[in-house]
Amino acid sequence: MHMADALLSPGIGGVMWAATAATIIYSAHKVQRQLDNRKIPLMGVLGAFVFAAQMINFAIPGTGSSGHIGGGLLLAILLGPHAAFLTLSSVLTVQALFFADGGLLALGCNIFNLGFFPCFISYPFIYKNIVRDKPDPRRLIIGTILAATIGLQLGSLSVVLQTYFSGITALPLFSFLVMMQPIHLAIGLAEGIATAGVISFIWNARPEILDRAMNEQPLGQVPVRNIIIGLLVATVFTGGILAWYASEHPDGLEWSIEKVTGNSEIVSSSPDMHEKLELIQQKTSFLPDYTFKENKSESLNEKDPFGSYTGSTLSGLVGGLLVLASALLIGFVLKKRKQSARYSQN
Amino acid sequence: MSRLDTAFYDLGRLDMLAEQDSIIHRLDPRVKVITTLLFIICVISFDKYEVSRLIPFFIFPALLIGIADLPFNYLLRKLILVSPFVLFVGIFNPFLDREVLLHIGSLQVTGGWLSLISILLRFSLTVGAGLLLIATTGFPAICMAIKKLGAPKIFAVLLLMLYRYLFVLIEESIRMIRAYTLRAFSRKKIRYPIFKQLLGTLLLRTLDRAQRIHMAMLSRAFTGDIKISRQFSFRTQEFIYLAGCAALFIFIRFIDISGILGKFIMETGL
Repeated sequence: MHMADALLSPGIGGVMWAATAATIIYSAHKVQRQLDNRKIPLMGVLGAFVFAAQMINFAIPGTGSSGHIGGGLLLAILLGPHAAFLTLSSVLTVQALFFADGGLLALGCNIFNLGFFPCFISYPFIYKNIVRDKPDPRRLIIGTILAATIGLQLGSLSVVLQTYFSGITALPLFSFLVMMQPIHLAIGLAEGIATAGVISFIWNARPEILDRAMNEQPLGQVPVRNIIIGLLVATVFTGGILAWYASEHPDGLEWSIEKVTGNSEIVSSSPDMHEKLELIQQKTSFLPDYTFKENKSESLNEKDPFGSYTGSTLSGLVGGLLVLASALLIGFVLKKRKQSARYSQN
Repeated sequence: MSRLDTAFYDLGRLDMLAEQDSIIHRLDPRVKVITTLLFIICVISFDKYEVSRLIPFFIFPALLIGIADLPFNYLLRKLILVSPFVLFVGIFNPFLDREVLLHIGSLQVTGGWLSLISILLRFSLTVGAGLLLIATTGFPAICMAIKKLGAPKIFAVLLLMLYRYLFVLIEESIRMIRAYTLRAFSRKKIRYPIFKQLLGTLLLRTLDRAQRIHMAMLSRAFTGDIKISRQFSFRTQEFIYLAGCAALFIFIRFIDISGILGKFIMETGL
């Protein structure tokens, strides 16, 4: 279920790249601060393990097909979310380059879909809540299967949304969902069962590995996560509201000009110039006029009177996320700069 | 079984191509990463029904294959191998989008067919560009390039380590599967209880290996910081390559070469 460049619009691809890059930088920052240099070779070798492990398949009884581990959740359990996210990013980068799974622009989407959800959603919120501090075999198995399944459902939902909003395929959202989610429920279950098998094997053979992995997680991470989620919710909220507002009033500036002059257009001395600029703007912007291209066609608007309305809200969300992602990126880059300056002083 | 072996050696072959020597191979890896990204963005920025204007972009992979002397059939086979997901998503377009957009004589072409062809063209161009990047640059050089371009150092180090041990561990898992197959007689697939043991053992071996590697690194003065020493130089030829590629992509992106050419031929020929 790798997302592909061919199905992606530059806007969506860019936003996902920015979000993924920010998460990678954030995770790298977290891992480097732990100063446990044992982890670096461990991460590299476990990344290679994910490839090797995906070659070993087990037969699913009665179906003739076979399943293997996904890797994301297993890495999160063994390494913790930040190190696991970095490792999975490197796995997917190698897959994109060598196996041509997806593509370079879609790499952002793929890392997000297959890495972010298992490491930052299903591991901390599902697996950890079920397994808690004292793992026992039953809890380990249930937690692993549930976390893997839900993680993959979220990932496949994300693929559907990215494909849909890119607007390259003609598949309606609903039928695409109906096709994708059940297939990935089955795949997710197989993955979960495979991962649970490995985890319970390790638990029987060398329980201290899992114990160590559990206890290595300092509790101080929760506030940061909450802050990020809060920011995300705030951005989505304001993006949605503002875009809705923007669709009612053509544009903040145009609106105020209208109030001042009674005419929404500035009377330009050279209309040619204005037209040319507008043409350039239309050509260069990937969210022209804050609505998706499809919604501009007359036939769609007739069928769905709210077409441009929802389109505008969505582009507001996307724009908001883009701003958030770039802001995060700038923040972390600045922080890293300062840190490296500090290191070099010492 | 033999399929696994082939897939494994296939992986090595792509990397072997990067060992070749050509003008493209000698370029600074950063320039190649940037031009590849630029190319992909130009290709996918078209409208979903665009077919004819995508075609001129094939000149870039063609030039690369030509100058860098790469095996076309091998790259094409890799391309076809990964196409199923794109096909799966695109194949429904002709059934869903039945609006006729193009008339060729008496033949009516619907929007769905146009967008399916467009998706396949985009797929070939973007994935092809990625494969060409690795075949002309090599994985270690790409890792160093993305580090120089601002990716966190630990990420680059991780990629290098993963790549180093990828071959070791894949070989190990192939050995395990071979040992199982030899003992399992006619049973083709691995049953779940045995799968657990195989994979668990592989994981334990991997963890032990990581520990040994760490100790080996410590005894070679590893302090948590890996030093990557490689000379990067941005010379005249890098600048020319970058400027030339950018100019080419922008030219193809904004000027309808196929349309102008087609018009010219229609007008003079008919």
